[in-house]
Amino acid sequence: MLGALIIVFREVIEAGLIVGIVMAATRGVPNRGRWVLIGVGAGVLGAAIVAMFAGVISEAFQGTGQELFNASVLGVAVIMLMWHNAWMARHGREIADEMRRVGTAVTEGTKPLTALAIVVGLAVLREGSEVVLFLYGILASGTTVSSLLTGGLLGIAAGAAFSALTYFGLLAIPNRHIFSVTSWLIALLAAGMAAQSVQFLNNAGLVVALDRTVWDTSWLLSEGSILGRLLHTLIGYTERPTEMQLAVYVSILIAMFLLMRVARYSPTRRIHAAAE
Amino acid sequence: MRSVLVAICLLFAGAAVARADDYVLTIKDHRFTPTEIKVPANQRVMITVINDDATPEEFDSSALKVEKVIAGKSKAVVRIGPLKPGTYAFIGEYNEATAKGIVIAE
Repeated sequence: MLGALIIVFREVIEAGLIVGIVMAATRGVPNRGRWVLIGVGAGVLGAAIVAMFAGVISEAFQGTGQELFNASVLGVAVIMLMWHNAWMARHGREIADEMRRVGTAVTEGTKPLTALAIVVGLAVLREGSEVVLFLYGILASGTTVSSLLTGGLLGIAAGAAFSALTYFGLLAIPNRHIFSVTSWLIALLAAGMAAQSVQFLNNAGLVVALDRTVWDTSWLLSEGSILGRLLHTLIGYTERPTEMQLAVYVSILIAMFLLMRVARYSPTRRIHAAAE
Repeated sequence: MRSVLVAICLLFAGAAVARADDYVLTIKDHRFTPTEIKVPANQRVMITVINDDATPEEFDSSALKVEKVIAGKSKAVVRIGPLKPGTYAFIGEYNEATAKGIVIAE
């Protein structure tokens, strides 16, 4: 039971962190809870399907199917996060203004919610499929169903509590700053995912350039420890980054920054400014 | 003439198979055999991991920068390196207590 609890918790906190950040980043946007729930639900369903076809996925593309699948899932999540941040850079101020005036925003914000629901879904899918495979493994090795269920459910509950902790922690940030803080969190999240994605392409033998290790901080913080895992999810902490991973990480951060700058100077904003 | 061509093809096929099978790890009863693999430093290496158990396992190593699920009763190729000389631990994430091993690059 304890084994199930620990491993499920470990996987769930990674998805939980992302859900917590997404909830904070969409503060005041109507119907966000429903979108996040749809994302989680689709992710759980997807996780079960991925776990069921783990063997088939693995064998696809001359045995590199799993790496390509992971790289794609992460790649799509990065694009969705960039899309969200661009949208937020354009509309975030309006939402914050409305929140200050009427307590809640009425701005219709379907676009970034689709993007973030997809991000949530993909995070749950990736971590969830590992949970399913693991639980299947211990079930097959003769653990009783009840002890498995107890361990698994406690793990999920602990992970969900962690997600709530992240969310309420971020809510402590004053309204004025919340969107800039969450935008930066999302930028770091995206950069970390992109660096992970390119490593999967390296594992698949597709992107092998710049594959030397730049540094090794495993003595300082192991990627396997809880803190290491959290930072891995949150900011893409990697104990031994390759040159390619570093290059991708920095490029995504710069791209995100430029994208948000460009989005902020929308034509409509300029017209408004001229009219004032 | 044709038989010579076939022979040459077989030779190359044989050589290719031998390369991919240079490094083999077998998972049985949630343990890796061998528990130590010596590989050359500073070059890319492929390790074939055969899972003889009925349950899935995840070959996991932050040191080797690999996370790969190997379904029950199947095999998968793990690509690692180039590694600096040294010792790199790996585990089977679903059975951490027993599934452990190291790669030694030299």
